[in-house]
Amino acid sequence: MILIKNKISLITLILVSSFLNSCSTDEKQTVVTKTQLVMSDEFNEDGAPNPSLWNYDIGTGSNGWGNNELQYYTNRASNIKVENGMLHITARNEQYMGKAYTSARILTKGKYDTKYGRIEARIKLPRGKGIWPAFWMLGSNIETAIEIPDNPNTVAWPTCGEIDIMEYLGNKPTEFFGTVHGPGYSGGASIGKTYTLPNSRFDTDFHVFGIEWDENYINFYVDDKLYNQITPEDVPGEWVFNQPFYIILNVAVGGNLPGSPDSQTPFPQTMLVDYIRVYQ
Amino acid sequence: MKNRKINYLRNSFLLTIVILVNLNCEREISDDASDATFPKTAEIFTDTPVGMGTNFYFPYGPDANNPVGSKFSAWSVDTDVSYKGNASMRFDVPNATDPQGNYAGGILRVDGAGRDLTGYDALTFWAKASQGVTIGEIGFGEDFYPDKYITTMTNISLGTAWTKYIIPIPDASKLVQEKGMFRYSAGTQGTNGAGYTFWIDELKFEKLGTILPLQASIMNGANVTRTTFVGVETPITGVITTFNMPNGVNQSVTISPGYLNFTSSNPSVATVNDAGVVTPIAAGTAIITATFNNQPATGSLTINCSGSFTHAPRPTLNPANVISIFSDAYSNVPVSYYNGYWAPWQTTQSNNFAVLGDNVLNYTNFNFVGIEFSNPTVNATSMTHLHLDVYIPGPIAPGRRLELRLTDFGPNGVFGVDDSQSLPYVVSNNLVSQSWMSFEIPLNQQTGLNSRSQLAQIILLGGDNSTLYVDNIYFHN
Repeated sequence: MILIKNKISLITLILVSSFLNSCSTDEKQTVVTKTQLVMSDEFNEDGAPNPSLWNYDIGTGSNGWGNNELQYYTNRASNIKVENGMLHITARNEQYMGKAYTSARILTKGKYDTKYGRIEARIKLPRGKGIWPAFWMLGSNIETAIEIPDNPNTVAWPTCGEIDIMEYLGNKPTEFFGTVHGPGYSGGASIGKTYTLPNSRFDTDFHVFGIEWDENYINFYVDDKLYNQITPEDVPGEWVFNQPFYIILNVAVGGNLPGSPDSQTPFPQTMLVDYIRVYQ
Repeated sequence: MKNRKINYLRNSFLLTIVILVNLNCEREISDDASDATFPKTAEIFTDTPVGMGTNFYFPYGPDANNPVGSKFSAWSVDTDVSYKGNASMRFDVPNATDPQGNYAGGILRVDGAGRDLTGYDALTFWAKASQGVTIGEIGFGEDFYPDKYITTMTNISLGTAWTKYIIPIPDASKLVQEKGMFRYSAGTQGTNGAGYTFWIDELKFEKLGTILPLQASIMNGANVTRTTFVGVETPITGVITTFNMPNGVNQSVTISPGYLNFTSSNPSVATVNDAGVVTPIAAGTAIITATFNNQPATGSLTINCSGSFTHAPRPTLNPANVISIFSDAYSNVPVSYYNGYWAPWQTTQSNNFAVLGDNVLNYTNFNFVGIEFSNPTVNATSMTHLHLDVYIPGPIAPGRRLELRLTDFGPNGVFGVDDSQSLPYVVSNNLVSQSWMSFEIPLNQQTGLNSRSQLAQIILLGGDNSTLYVDNIYFHN
């Protein structure tokens, strides 16, 4: 399946060498401790994303996926494909099925989930007002149709929990944010933090976005910077993160959070994902 | 000179090795190597000018458009106001009526060898003003010679609170020895002529790493065509680069052509140099395009070269018998303008050119045009004729005529109710194409012109929006 254990030594080597390269050992935080690779998609096979790992969300969801987003998600190669070792999710400005924009969203729901672990992806982000890419997770027990009362396996959002490893707005090219949503702390009341690159941008280079997650804590990091830790004490409601979550990658256009694209928003805009990896 | 250059190259090669060795930790370059290039000083003004030498402020002087120039005393160091530390640069923009200068403008130029700015990507500063104003131009790279790498941000909106401003460096690799640290030009067009003050502090170059270069353009992004002649130099203008700034907003700056690389599609017809000056050398068509950071720039200049220019007949009259408005053969009287761009009906544009020292008025899209010489007016009482050489490069439509009117500003010598103007006088209704036509217009046949002691305007009419060359405009007897 997707377990690729023979890669561990190489990964470890890269990690070790990157530590050696770093100068600021004095201010070094323990960014990662989980180093055993248990799942990865390196996006090395051209074509559609690996169907044994990824599903598509198609269409507009309900109320633009709950956020008044403006795009229609498709599984067309013009919106999502693997090419030259990268996953490409491309937002386009085109009339399609009654919407003015198209893009794509893939998820591992029903095919892969994990309870705890280090989940990271190496991503180069697009830019422009209204462009809203995300690398995130939802509790596997989410039930979007009918919530069965008192059945913990079928709960609605936000009780299922949501971990946003990376969200980014294309008109703030030096910032991204990592967030958790749960019962009593969702939407505008979610708990998270914004990280600002001091001397670079997210749309000009690849950056590694990740969480290290275990019982009762989630550490958020970008590259070699640990920038936030969230524990049950930090959330004003039930801690719903001691259960399996699945992974989502998407590029939204418009909606409540980013606002609509403007005349300076360039199209098409592509999020490039070099890899996604899970360690235990 | 050549030897020195080689030494620099060798030193920079050594420097590169030093940098490579130190790359792992980006430690500072050793002192031994730091002399190899020009100073990399970032700061221009903190609480005092930094590394600028003693003679560094040069206000803009008089020019053709502004006989007074900028106000010399506009720039000063203000020890009562600062964003950080204890002083800032203060700019007192004068009232439009100030006889010492009706605007503020000038450059800060290193009094010395110049700086190596290749490690930076922006000029940054903090600024505020005594009222909300829009400053016309702020930038860098102007050194009065050769002005090769000027970068200017236009229409900068200043409020009354300190705010940080960022001017992107288009291509820092070019700035190995830059003297022009800062330039500005501020007037009172937006304040109804009322003066104001603005302050700039912590003026310095920075390596931000958060600016994304986007598109460059020449000719303001348009595909422009010019019909011209061998030897007529045409500069590439309208050079703009756009950047996506750290706040996500696109910012454009106007830059010198020297930042770009130019190509002629047909170098046997027209060449283009590093400074973006195009020189036609033979009849034919050549398209000039540019690249910036190895990316094609939008816009182009197409040169349609008609071959060698035929000069107008050289005047032979004794200068004592001539009052010249436009001629290379005589000293011209002061002329306010050769094209008044009289709104809203005038379509005529000016693309004047010079061929081997022969200046020619080139009116394109010509319907009518006003030439004014009102300061002072011209007393042509003793003159009998107005001479005019005209060349029409395009075909002549049937029935087309060229007409002329003269305006006298009357006893008071200024534009107003006592003026008199001649009725349209038919200069010619027998025009020919592609040949110089010389006209002698009798001044005593100008109906409606009450006087010619305060002559101030010549108006040419009868255009069909084609092109007209004019040379040797003079009164004589």
